[in-house]
Amino acid sequence: MQIPIEFYLALSAFMFTVGIAGVLIRRNAIIVFMCVELMLNSANLTLITFSSYLGETTGQLFVFFVMAVAAAEAAVGLAIIIAIFRNKLTVNIDEINILKW
Amino acid sequence: MTLELVLFIIFGSIAAATAVLMITRRNPIISALFLVVNFGSLAGLYLILNAQFIAVAQVIVYAGAIMVFFLFVIMLIRPEHEQKLFSYKPQLKIFTIVVVLLIFLQLIYVIFFAQTSAGLTKEVSASVNAGTIESIGRELFTNYVLPFEAAGYMLLAAAIGALVLAKKKFE
Repeated sequence: MQIPIEFYLALSAFMFTVGIAGVLIRRNAIIVFMCVELMLNSANLTLITFSSYLGETTGQLFVFFVMAVAAAEAAVGLAIIIAIFRNKLTVNIDEINILKW
Repeated sequence: MTLELVLFIIFGSIAAATAVLMITRRNPIISALFLVVNFGSLAGLYLILNAQFIAVAQVIVYAGAIMVFFLFVIMLIRPEHEQKLFSYKPQLKIFTIVVVLLIFLQLIYVIFFAQTSAGLTKEVSASVNAGTIESIGRELFTNYVLPFEAAGYMLLAAAIGALVLAKKKFE
């Protein structure tokens, strides 16, 4: 018996919604960042699933580029968090509101 | 119950459980470690889906490099009053649950009832061929060589940018 494609897609949807919940309820900027990584990974799972079920390589190439972008994003984003922490001594996203008016 | 299904259930439940545990733990280090476990089980799922190269890259890049980076930053940043960080308003909690439920129901509806991918069955030989490092490398260096080079430049720019952003400014 083959696994229906819907199982993989449902798991991916679940992980994506957990990521959204984490972004909304957590106040620690680093945890919010990790939730964004979780959402990226659930999208990756969808791409790999379709790539495997269609027998196409393109989805896996997309995942490769998503990984490259995620690495770059993590580096720059964490550097921004360190820079903010150095200035404001907090990672609480409720207190980081200098761009809000 | 084939072995494929058993492995899917094991890895899938680990991935789902660690995702939930990650957003509910107070200690950021524990959250990060749960995320590592989540990435590892995702690599197992990729192996079930015959994506060998991506599974290995997932372990090396995500579970290895990116999460070590996260742990270093958590170590550098003083763990301030995590209690205060965690205490959120009840309205926010209700809002989150409503939004998340709406999005999840939408996605589940599309997946199970919109029939966009109904009757899609896996051709094992084609999917095994698609996942090998040989076919990915061939595509990467022929049809996708320009995005590949662009990704290299982007990583270089990100490394320099991270250095400039995080560097301490001496007067």
